[in-house]
Amino acid sequence: MPTTDQDILQQYADQDYAFGFETRVEMDILPPGLNEDTVRFISAKKEEPEWLLQWRLKGLEQFRRLSKDMPEWQNFKLPHIDFQAISYYAAPKKRKLKSLDEVDPEILATFEKLGIPLEEQKMLAGVAVDAVMDSVSVATTFQEKLKEKGIIFCSMGEAVKHYPDLVKKYLGTVVPYSDNVFAALNAAVFSDGSFCYIPKGVRCPMELSTYFRINASNTGQFERTLIIADEGAYVSYLEGCTAPKRDENQLHAAVVELIALDHAEIKYSTVQNWFPGDKNGNGGVFNFVTKRGICKGPHSKISWTQVETGSAITWKYPSVILQGDYSVGEFYSVAMTRNHQIADTGTKMIHLGKHTRSRIISKGISAGYSQNSYRGQVRVGARADHARNFTQCDSLLIGDKCGAHTFPYIDCQNPTAILEHEATTSKIAEDQIFYLNQRGLDNEKAVALIVNGYAREVLNNLPMEFAVEAQKLLAISLDGSVG
Amino acid sequence: MLLIKNLHAQIEGKPILKGIDLEVRPGEIHAIMGPNGSGKSTLAAVLAGNEQYEVTDGEVWFEGKNLLEMPPEIRAREGLFMAFQYPVEIPGVSNINFLKTAITEIRAYRGLPPLSAKEFMQRLKEKQELVEFNASLVNRSLNEGFSGGEKKRNEILQLAMLEPKLAILDETDSGLDIDAIRIVANGVNKLRSQHNAFIIITHYQRLLQYIIPDYVHVQYDGRIIKSGTKELAYELEERGYDWIKESVQASLE
Repeated sequence: MPTTDQDILQQYADQDYAFGFETRVEMDILPPGLNEDTVRFISAKKEEPEWLLQWRLKGLEQFRRLSKDMPEWQNFKLPHIDFQAISYYAAPKKRKLKSLDEVDPEILATFEKLGIPLEEQKMLAGVAVDAVMDSVSVATTFQEKLKEKGIIFCSMGEAVKHYPDLVKKYLGTVVPYSDNVFAALNAAVFSDGSFCYIPKGVRCPMELSTYFRINASNTGQFERTLIIADEGAYVSYLEGCTAPKRDENQLHAAVVELIALDHAEIKYSTVQNWFPGDKNGNGGVFNFVTKRGICKGPHSKISWTQVETGSAITWKYPSVILQGDYSVGEFYSVAMTRNHQIADTGTKMIHLGKHTRSRIISKGISAGYSQNSYRGQVRVGARADHARNFTQCDSLLIGDKCGAHTFPYIDCQNPTAILEHEATTSKIAEDQIFYLNQRGLDNEKAVALIVNGYAREVLNNLPMEFAVEAQKLLAISLDGSVG
Repeated sequence: MLLIKNLHAQIEGKPILKGIDLEVRPGEIHAIMGPNGSGKSTLAAVLAGNEQYEVTDGEVWFEGKNLLEMPPEIRAREGLFMAFQYPVEIPGVSNINFLKTAITEIRAYRGLPPLSAKEFMQRLKEKQELVEFNASLVNRSLNEGFSGGEKKRNEILQLAMLEPKLAILDETDSGLDIDAIRIVANGVNKLRSQHNAFIIITHYQRLLQYIIPDYVHVQYDGRIIKSGTKELAYELEERGYDWIKESVQASLE
C-alpha cells in the first residue's frame, strides 16, 4: 500500500508510463531525447525487474548532476555533446531467435563483411561469439558447451532475466553509477552487453569473444559488460570492434566491470578499430569507456590488454583495484593515433592489499596531426605493505606535427612500496626506413615492421588469433602515414 | 653487371660525386679506396638509392636496367645489397623475423613462394656457420645492443642470406679488430662466385690482405682518379694518398 504522497505519485506515474509504453513497445528505435520516460521505456522494453529500473533512475539522477560540469582535466577539449539529440534505443527487427537460421540474412551478411563468420568461428577457432549489433544480442553460440561447465555467457538482458541474483549482487560494484558522467549515463540507459560468470575452480576452455558494432545512424552505444570469475576460476575474454563510416559523431559510453575472487584470473583483451573520422578530423566515434576490475580475493589477477587504433577520441583508463593480498594487476596498451585522432588513455592501479603487484606497459604511436596522451595513476594505500609497481610508457612519433604526452600520477602512502617508472620518446628515423628499404621492404612494410617491433611487448600478450589481427590492423592503420 | 657513367650527385646543393665511371662484371671484386671526404660512401648510398642524395647527371645500369629509376626496395629485390657502415637498430623486431620478411619480399618480386620454415632455418644455420655468427644473436632484436663488430657481422650474415648479385660493403672494416676483419673477409671469400660481384669501399688496405680484389680504384674529390690491380692498394698503404692528390692537383693546373 502506498504510504506517502511521494509513493502515490510514483505509482501513478508508473502506471501512466506502463500505459503509454504499450503503444511504443513495437518501436525498434526510440526518438532522440533523454528523460525518465526514456529510461522507463528501455527498462520496460527489456522487461526488467523493479530494482534495476530504480538503479537506472539513480543513474539518470547522477547523470543530470554530473553533466552540469563536464570534465575538463583531460588533455583535449571535450566536444559539445547534445545528449538530447541522441537516440537511446535501437534494436534489429527480428528478435528472440532460436538458432542462427532465424537471424536476419542482412545482419549475417554484415557480420560476414566484418570477418565474423559465426558458424566457422564456432567450428574452427573454438571461440564462442556473443555478437552484439546495435544493442541487442542477435546470436549467441556455444552456450550449451559452456553450460556443461557451469559457465554462464550471455547477453546482459538474458542475465537479468535468468540470473538476477548474480547480476544484482555484482552490477555497479566496481563502476558505480556515480563514478563519472558517462558511467552514470550508461547506468541509466545501458542497452545490452555481455555477462559472464565462471564458477569456482573452472578454467574456461575457450576464449570468450564479443564483437560490438555500431550500426544505426545517430544511435549512441551503451554497452555494459560484467565478468565474474569465482574462486580459482580463469577466463580470457576478447572484445573486438569495428564501425562503418559515419558523418556524425557517435558517442560510445560503455562500462566494463571485472570481478576476480580468490585465486581467480581474468584476462581481458580489446582490439578497437572504430571509425576515426576522415582525414580532416570530421566524424568519428567518441570512445568514452569506463573499464575497471577488482581483484577481490587474495592471489587473484586481472590483466587488461588493449590495442586502440580507431575512434576520433579514445578516452579510457582500464584499471585494477588490488584489494586481495598478493593480487596482481596488469595493463598492456598500444594506442595508435593518426590524422586528427585524439587518445587520452592509460590506467589506474589501486593497491590496497599487501604484497600486491602491478605492471603497466603503455606504447603510444602518434602520426599525422594526432595527439596521444598516456595518463596513469599508481596509488598505494597505507595498508598495502610491500606493494610493487613497474611502469613503462613509451611514445613513438611519426612525422613532426603530432604530439605525445605523458601524465603519470603516483600517490604512495606506504613506505615499503617499490615503484618504478620508465619512459621513452622516439621517432621512426629515416635511416631505419632506408635500411629496411635496402633489404627489399617498401615504406609501408618497413614502418609496419618497426611499429610492430615497438609494440611487440603488448602484442605478445594478446591471444594468438587476436595478435595476428592486431598486427595487421597496425599496418593497415599506418597506410599513407608515411611519405 | 653494373655500369656507371659520368655519375654526378649532390647533397643539399653541395656536389659530392663529380663524374664517376665504373664497370663491374660478374665474378669481380672491386675495391674503392680514397681519403676521407672523397665521396666513397656517397657512391654507395647513391647506388643503394638513398634519397638524401640527388643525382644531377649520369647513368647507372644494373643488369641492363636503369638503376636510378628504381626506388631502393626494388634495387634490393633486383639483387643489389649494401652492407651499411652504421647498421641501424630496430627494437622489438627479431633478427629472424626481419630476415624472413626480407627474403619473402625479394622472392615474391621474383615470382617465388616464401621459403618454408624448415628451408629457412636450414639456410640460416648454414649461413651462420659460414660467417661465424653467434646463433644466439639471431633471436635478439635487430642489432639492438649489438657490439660494433656484431653489427658488421650481422650485415655479412644478411648478405649471405639474401644472396645478392652485387654487394657493396661500405667501410665494413672500420672499427673492427683484426679477428673480426678476418671473419668478415672469410665470409666474403666463401660467398664470392662467378655469378656475383662485390664493391668493397675501404679507407685502409688491411681488409684487402684478406679479400684479394681484381681491381683497385682510388676515389678523390668525387672522381675515380686512378685504377689498378691489388698492387695499387699496397702502394697506397706505403705512400699514403698525398702523392695521388698532388698528381691530380698538378694535372688540373
